[in-house]
Amino acid sequence: MRPGASTAVLLALRRAGWRPDLSGPLLLLAAAALALFLLLPLGALLLGSLRDDDGRWTLQNFTAFAATPGMVHATWNTLWVAALVTLITVPLAFLYAYAIQRACLPLVGFWRLVGLSALLGPSLVAAIGFIQWFGTQGVLGFMLGEHSVYGPIGIVMSTVYASFPHALLILLVALATVDARLLEAADALGASRWRRFLTVTVPAARYGLISATAVVFAYSVSEFGIPKVIGGNFPVLALEVYVQTVGLQNFGRGAVVALLLLLPVLLAFAIDLRVQQRQQASLSERATPYQPRPDWRRDAPLLLYCGAVAVVMLAVPGMTAYTSVIAFWPWDLTLTLEHYAEGLAFAGVLDAYFTSLQIATLTALFGTPFIFLTAWLLEKRQTSSGWLSAAVRAMAALPMGIPGLVLGLGYVLFFNSPANPFNFFFQTLTIMVIVTVVHFYSACHLSAITALKSLDKAFESVSASLKVSPFVTLWRVTLPVCLPAVLDIARYLFINAMTTISALVFLFSPDTLPAAVTILHLDEAGKLGPAAAMATLIVLTCAAVSLVYSVLTHYLLRHHQAWRQIKR
Amino acid sequence: MPHLEVHQIDKRFGPFVALDAVDLGIQKGELMVLLGPSGCGKTTLLRVIAGLERQDRGRVLHDGKDISNCSPAARDYGIVFQSYALFPNLNVSENVAYGLKNRRRQRAALRHRVDEMLELVGLPGSGDKYPSQLSGGQQQRIALARALATAPDLLLLDEPLSALDAIERVRLRAEIRSLQRRLGVTTLMVTHDQEEALAMADRMVVMKDGRIEQVGTPQQVYRNPGNAFVADFIGRGNLIEGERVGPHHVRSGSLLLRCAQELPPVATPRLHVRPENICLHHPSDTPENSFFGQVLKCDFLGPYTLVTLQPLNGVAHNLVAQFSSNYLQGREIHPGSLLRLGISAEHLQPLPETAR
Repeated sequence: MRPGASTAVLLALRRAGWRPDLSGPLLLLAAAALALFLLLPLGALLLGSLRDDDGRWTLQNFTAFAATPGMVHATWNTLWVAALVTLITVPLAFLYAYAIQRACLPLVGFWRLVGLSALLGPSLVAAIGFIQWFGTQGVLGFMLGEHSVYGPIGIVMSTVYASFPHALLILLVALATVDARLLEAADALGASRWRRFLTVTVPAARYGLISATAVVFAYSVSEFGIPKVIGGNFPVLALEVYVQTVGLQNFGRGAVVALLLLLPVLLAFAIDLRVQQRQQASLSERATPYQPRPDWRRDAPLLLYCGAVAVVMLAVPGMTAYTSVIAFWPWDLTLTLEHYAEGLAFAGVLDAYFTSLQIATLTALFGTPFIFLTAWLLEKRQTSSGWLSAAVRAMAALPMGIPGLVLGLGYVLFFNSPANPFNFFFQTLTIMVIVTVVHFYSACHLSAITALKSLDKAFESVSASLKVSPFVTLWRVTLPVCLPAVLDIARYLFINAMTTISALVFLFSPDTLPAAVTILHLDEAGKLGPAAAMATLIVLTCAAVSLVYSVLTHYLLRHHQAWRQIKR
Repeated sequence: MPHLEVHQIDKRFGPFVALDAVDLGIQKGELMVLLGPSGCGKTTLLRVIAGLERQDRGRVLHDGKDISNCSPAARDYGIVFQSYALFPNLNVSENVAYGLKNRRRQRAALRHRVDEMLELVGLPGSGDKYPSQLSGGQQQRIALARALATAPDLLLLDEPLSALDAIERVRLRAEIRSLQRRLGVTTLMVTHDQEEALAMADRMVVMKDGRIEQVGTPQQVYRNPGNAFVADFIGRGNLIEGERVGPHHVRSGSLLLRCAQELPPVATPRLHVRPENICLHHPSDTPENSFFGQVLKCDFLGPYTLVTLQPLNGVAHNLVAQFSSNYLQGREIHPGSLLRLGISAEHLQPLPETAR
């Protein structure tokens, strides 16, 4: 057909009301990408656990696992440590969040920042910090008496520190959205402060508490960096996966342990998901925000509490940073940048730092548009068929319940297979960026959906009636209005890509060694100083990026989105 | 031939029937109002006409063209929502110009059109403001300007006044009405507010449970409600049931009522009377259709008083009468008082027995 004729047909079709809609194909593409980079690796993991070294179908891996004497012990350890960590972290974080949201404290911004500061570094910062405080040569080692920090004590302390901000983030939101009218009603009925707390505050935040519990529990179950560095000979499942695969190259056995690891985590998030679905029905739209009034009987103890938590929050990375700038703890305390110089020279660590910067930048640069566009297709384009959106929604929620370790192992089994046409991806920077996006997908997806939901549904209808393409409206209206959420997603991806170890530890090649993984290697080589130096470098980078981000968004929103400030 | 026609439209949401074989025709230039309780399908019908909802069955014809399967963008209408739906990050000019083709050579024409539209809705010079700087009523005027800027052949209004306060609502409804008359644009408006419907409509459609109950001018619908639902839904009404004793006579208790219209040939016809059509007589007068009633309750509502009465002659239901303060001329009515009441034969409205 001549081009003129086809144009004429196209025009005729258009006149007859036909509009090509790219939304369906685009959503299909997103679904395909998520299936390829999430479902298939998990499937490969499942298959891997059912095959022996020669590729025959067998339950041998499971029976061998059950027969290994240490495994029951490791499973039990994993569970009780996770339970203990959850029991300590959630109440601590709840009280801290309560102090920030419901009391009149000075410097609320500062307390919030310090409370969340642990997010800026790899979990290993905590392990190194606690070793230096409470280890054999530690300043406060005497406080543990007979006990050693290398073992469950160190694991629990470090994991509480590292998971605290994750719980805090959720609880800050949960306590921010309590209905002031209920508190006023309780006051009017003469309820005591304590009764008001128990009957209004805690029940209203119960969904947040359940979420925080699930997140902390899952965090503890799937964390292997902390037990690796501070755990001594204390066996836990996550570490077992690492030892079996990275150490012994026994992927079948590793897959079995990974599946075992997956169970409690998936269970925690399945419960959480069910509870959250119920929450949406019970949240009142007419809830009014609560403004606390100063009251020293409540504020003074809470201020003390925040101060105490802040001291710990700063002391841990502070000790890590200090370790990185002194010659040799505890004998030679001269200040030196030798660890940085040596650390940077050792094993191409400087390259590792730049690799991580590259991964983090690419993750933010490609992950953010993919996540936002997919959420937009789900939320604002109803043309796509129901089952497809349901499938994409489910796949977007799934990574929340998949430990990075499990995901990474799945990638190895899937992409390292010679039969896989995508085999060329393996150990490239690309695959590391992709696994990081997938690993942190759920939280980003959720904030994108929340931001999109807050926009008037009628925008799309109005645009359609004005014959404006939905993509034009996305560009001119939806994206500018959602800009704060989009920037938040980018920052979240960047920082997590900078600090994560779990999935990447399986996927790097000598050329693509990420910075956070080198900490593990340096620690294994007994070089705690350079390990601390690298950890500090990552924390400083993340802090700097956060700072630049804050300044930039502030500037951007003030000067290019003036409509946000203007009120009648 | 109607300018816009819908034929046998069905729409279900799961088990819920939103529209059930709906037929409707709208004449060119008229303002048609869809009225009904929530869940009656009025908004769904509007959205089907807009192409925002796809009907399960039936056809939509606009200006003789079948648009049943066209996308919203392929139809020719402007739409205004209850929520205004102004783009918050664009200023008023950019909002109004959103649907206008933006080409470099036509910038001046574009600006001219925007100014013209702002003039039209009574907000000239507000082009540089952002939506958040405007009141609700102003925002809705801008939404109207945006919908009309592309000179659409059809204007759809989805509860456009429901989010406004009472005073602004009355003011804007008059403005929309006069604007619509001036432009002569065929308009379909959805509302649940009967006063709004009566005040604005050329013709109105009363809907219930996905079906059309009655179509007519406001006067027709108010004065001659087609069935008990319409009678009850539009304004207040009293139902009197009785025994048919002649083509124009009904016996209710010991009372014989004459009805000006011919009664339907059923044993127990039902008659409808508006509260304001019950009048007071001197206790010693005995005109036709008059009877004694005892006052049970008085609600003073400013310009008028609503009085709940129990007829003393065996009429089964209590009646509600509305007396304007002017009519009462300072006479006080108290619970317990005995009044001589009357209903003129012209105001007794027989209801057809079919639609139940």
